[in-house]
This record gives sequence, C-alpha cells and structure tokens, in this order.
Amino acid sequence: MELRYSDDDEAFRAELRTWVDAALADLAPQPPRDAWDERRKWDTDWQRRLFDAGYAGLHWPKEYGGRGASPTEQLIFYEETARARAPYVGVNFVGTLHAGPTLIEEGTDEQKRDHLPKILRGDEVWCQGFSEPGAGSDLASLRTRAERDGDHYVLNGQKIWCSFGQVADVGEFLVRTDPDAPKHKGISWLILPMDLPGIEVRPLRTVLGSSEFAEVFLTDVRVPVANRVGAENDGWRVTNVTLKYERGTAFVSELVDAMRLCEDLARVSMEEPLAAELGHCVAEFDALWSLTKRNVSQAARGTTGAGAMVIKLAYSEARQRFGELCLRVLGRDGLHIDDNELVEERLRTLSLTIAAGASQIQRNIIGERLLGLPREPRTLN
Amino acid sequence: MDLDLSDDQVALRDGIASMLAARVPMDRVRSGFDRALAAELADAGVFTLRRDGFAWADAVVVFEQLGRACVPGPLVDSTLLGDGRSACLVSDQEPIWIECLDAVDVLVVWRAAGLECVVPGAVTADTSPWPLDPATPMARARSLPAGVPLDLGRDIRELVVAGAALTAAYQLGLADRVAEMAVAYARERVQFDRPIGSFQAIKHICADMLVRTEVARAAVYAAGAHLDERATLPGIERSVNGAKLLAGEAAIANGKAATQVYGGMGYTWEVDVHLYLKRAWLLDTRFGSVDRHAADLADVVRGRR
Repeated sequence: MELRYSDDDEAFRAELRTWVDAALADLAPQPPRDAWDERRKWDTDWQRRLFDAGYAGLHWPKEYGGRGASPTEQLIFYEETARARAPYVGVNFVGTLHAGPTLIEEGTDEQKRDHLPKILRGDEVWCQGFSEPGAGSDLASLRTRAERDGDHYVLNGQKIWCSFGQVADVGEFLVRTDPDAPKHKGISWLILPMDLPGIEVRPLRTVLGSSEFAEVFLTDVRVPVANRVGAENDGWRVTNVTLKYERGTAFVSELVDAMRLCEDLARVSMEEPLAAELGHCVAEFDALWSLTKRNVSQAARGTTGAGAMVIKLAYSEARQRFGELCLRVLGRDGLHIDDNELVEERLRTLSLTIAAGASQIQRNIIGERLLGLPREPRTLN
Repeated sequence: MDLDLSDDQVALRDGIASMLAARVPMDRVRSGFDRALAAELADAGVFTLRRDGFAWADAVVVFEQLGRACVPGPLVDSTLLGDGRSACLVSDQEPIWIECLDAVDVLVVWRAAGLECVVPGAVTADTSPWPLDPATPMARARSLPAGVPLDLGRDIRELVVAGAALTAAYQLGLADRVAEMAVAYARERVQFDRPIGSFQAIKHICADMLVRTEVARAAVYAAGAHLDERATLPGIERSVNGAKLLAGEAAIANGKAATQVYGGMGYTWEVDVHLYLKRAWLLDTRFGSVDRHAADLADVVRGRR
C-alpha cells in the first residue's frame, strides 16, 4: 500500500494543472440552467478545448482519438478539474462516457468513424433513450417497438428520462425487435438521429423545476438497420457494456465535487450536533475517494474487488444524507433556491438513490452476485 | 499510488489468519485473555510488529485479522508499547477502568506529565463480576500508584493516532467477520420453505453490511498507509478520524444487523454474534469514539484543528 503518486503521475498532474488554470482564466460565465442552447454551446466549447489540449476522451484508446490514459491519470484528471472548479462534462456526458465507450467495444468500423471523432470534438451531442414509463427498474420490460421493413426499422413508443434530449443530435435507444422472445432476448441497441421525422421531444420538469431530462415520443420513425449496434436482439448484452461504465467509475467527478461542497457548508455557522454530522459526511466521502483509489489499484492488477459494485450505492446514500444536512444547516436561509448550490443539492440528491439503478436494485445485485444469497422467488413473466 | 494489498501483505494476512484459526478458536476467545494467550501472540510477533520492521500499513492488515478472530485482550496497547510485553494503556482521569488487569505484564499510565509504567500487582482495584464483554475483564481503580517514567521516543498524540488506526483495523475485522457469519446463516436458515436470504428484507440487511465493511476497509487501509508517510504528507488526523469513525460504526452496525438476521438465535449466549458486538462497543471507548471522531473531523473541515 502506498498513498503517493509516481513521479510520472505527478508530472501529468503538473502539466494538467497549468493548462486548466490558464483555460479557466478566459472561460465565459456559465449560462442559466434553463438556457439550453447556451448550455450546449458552453459545454461543447469546453469539450473542444479539452480536445485541442489532448485531454478529450481521456480513457478512450489512442486509436480512436483518445488519450489512452491510465486509470490513475483519470483520477488525477478528476481531482484537478474539480479542484479548479472547471466545467463538468455536462451535455457531453452520454457521448463521452456512455455511447462512445459502447461504440468502441461494439460498433462497426463505419459507426466508429461516423461518431467517435465528433463526440471527442464536441461536435455531436448524445442523449439516452433507455427508460420508459413502464420500464424503470425492470428496464428489460421495455416496449418501444422496432419493426423491420426492408433495410429500416420502424419505431413506435415512448421514452422517458432521456438525459439531454432537448439538445441532442443523436440518441442511444433501446428498442424491442422481437416481442415474442423472453424479455432480455428481444432487445436491440440503436443509434437514433434525433432529427428524423416522427420524433417529438418534450422537456421533463423535475422537482428542481427544470432538468436535463426529456420525454421522447416516437411515431413511425424510420431508422436504417445499419444504425444497430451489436446483433439484432443482442441489445441487452450491449446495454450491460454501456451500464458497466455508469455503475463503475461514473461517480468520481461527483465525489470530488461533494468534497468541495462539504468545505462550502463548513463555512456556514451551525450547531455542534450538525457539525458532527458534517464530520460524518466528510469521513464517508474521504473513504469513498480511498475506495475509488483502491478500485483503480485493483484494476491495475487485473483483479476486481467488491468496490465497484459498492460505490454507487454507498455514494448515492451518503450524498443524499449530505443534501439533507445542507438544508438543516441553512434553516430558513434554505427556503430559496436561486443560485444557492447547497439548497439545490437537497433537491438534486433525491434522484441519486433512484437513477442508474435504484438503491434497492443495487442491494439485490450485491446480495445475489457478491454475497451469493439465493435469488428471490421468480416473479410472474 | 496503490491502496490494494501487496503480495507480501497478502502473505502476512494469510499467515496470521491461519495461525489464529489454529490457536485461537472461538472457545478460547470465550475464555478470555490470559498469560498463555499473551505469550503466544508475543511469540507470533504481534506485539513487536514495529520493532521487527513492519510498516503501519502492514500492522493494520494484522489487526484486521485479529478482529476477524475476535481475539481478546489489550492488543493495540501492547503493540503500541512494542517491546514484547503485554500492556494496558490507561488514563489517570476518572473513571479509571482497566482491562485485563490480572493478565497484563505492565500498565502504561497516561498522566498529564507523560507516560509511566506501573506494576499491575501494585494497583488496588475492584474487578467487575459481570463485564459487558465476557472475554474482557474490567477492574475499577480509584487511583493509580506512581510508576516509572516511560519514554517511547514519540509524542503521546502520535501514539494515540496510531492506536486509533490499529483499533479501527481491528473493528474492521469484527465488521467483516460478523457480516460473513450473518450471510452464511441467511443462506442456510429456512423459513416459509426457503432460505431467508432470498427475501429482500434480509438480503438488503446483508448488502448494507458489506457496503459498510468495504467503505471502512478503504478508510482503514488509507489511514495505515498514511501513518507511514505522515512526516511528509499532511492530514494524518483527518485520515485516522475517518477510519476510526467508519470502522467503529461498521463494527457496531454490523453486529446489530447480524443479531437481527440470526433472529432468536442471535439473542443467545451460544451464538458468537454477541461477542463481536460487545467487543465493538468496548473498542468504541478506546482511542476516541465514533462521536468524538465525528466532532474532531468537523473541526478539521472548519479549520479549527
């Protein structure tokens, strides 16, 4: 065990820090949260600057334009960008962290060539079309239909929780290509250009009053079969490639951000019992950061521990407790959101134990896959 | 940067685990700490880890295994003294409760003026007929006789920080093993015609036990590695505060959760779960409680310490 980073890693950090500090000096102010066109521009401009400096697609292989950075370098990147309060990945989230890695592993040469360079440069924004009103935790029960018509699929159905649907050029969509097969075996993963006829996007209003989510309605949308990633009806396996990332290290930036917010809250005066709860939150976030490093160390050895599966559940629960604490500390000062990040925190963290695998689903997975407890009695279906 | 065990540390962990499995089974744990057990642990090098060249990061690996086996006695105190004798570290502040007074070689008394060695036989104390942890005898002294000044060559605060880290490692071991016991029971115990571990109500309790353990392990290993680099890497207090807080909480919460999973059996003297829970409570009173470390961490993050 060793806490120190190597000299090479520290050199990477120093170079990155110099670049970030210079880049932030002339960064335009962040647009208001509802100004979606401006937000898209602001986020993709930053992506372009990352690209020009060689920091885009940090974890992507070099042959696809990425940096091929080691897991430790990725950690350092998140540490440094969060420390400097650089823009978060924003509207580039689905493309750089979800769809891009999925195309790298599962896409055809043409699909890679068409999309990967644009994602890296910030020229193409992606949204996600996985969940449906009737398919949340039980995602595999999704019903959006894709019927084959020659070399096209014809799509009909409704998607919900489409991250960045209102500004996206392209979407990663799960559709049912075989309604007669068992539910996990009739799904395909499609690249959906969002400007096709028959697609209607409606922003979804969340408890925050606004959000990056949208509902997408599909009516007789014709998509080329060539847009399918992976084999027909093999979409569930492809989806697990996509979600592998989301449940593994996707929370690293958020974790660093949570540690920063703890420092912000510490500047507000509070009663000692609340301060002790803040101490508790700090301990948990520090430990989750160490757990992240431990995961990285194990990945470097080619082994996987329990950490990757544990971190999503532990992080979302801890961050939600922190969100609640923010409001208790602020008291009546917490009754207006405006630009108060700490109040927004309380509302936003309500979603953490639901999105990307509800805490109850995570506990089932940990219980069955890590602890080897027997599966539940079979449900109907 | 590496927070996984090295090959040497894996060998160390497996070595101490197999030694403890052979020498300190649960019936011996139940009979408590005595001079024979102290001698065996001293022979195995547990009390002289630092003198023998092991790093703090190695010591936490050893203490995690001692906790898993629920080995009784003031093991952390003895390792902090570090010369092979078994020792109990006790403050001269009321109330003075001394663990294992009749079995240790020396009492290390912490006074405002510094540390002193006191001969256990010179202490007048009333031994409790019914200690909370049945494997850890407790004696109450009204005062402590003068002893011989002890110079460990280190600041007492440094000693306390190291003690908190080793205790956290031991608590991590308690949390880990008691979770394992509960999971095994949940797989075997049948009610309503199926193993109770198939029910989400039980499965989720077990999953939470694993989560607490893994988070605590990350904190404890980081604190151990940090102790080795404390001279050049700031923030050791914050590191150890977090480790002791999370490991203490995991040991207590997992002990309670395991009691619940075992149901009625968990409330019996026969099943070992209560021994783990009682040890967790005992150790929360050593080197700073969960609450103390939470308050200290709050002060750190508010720039007051």
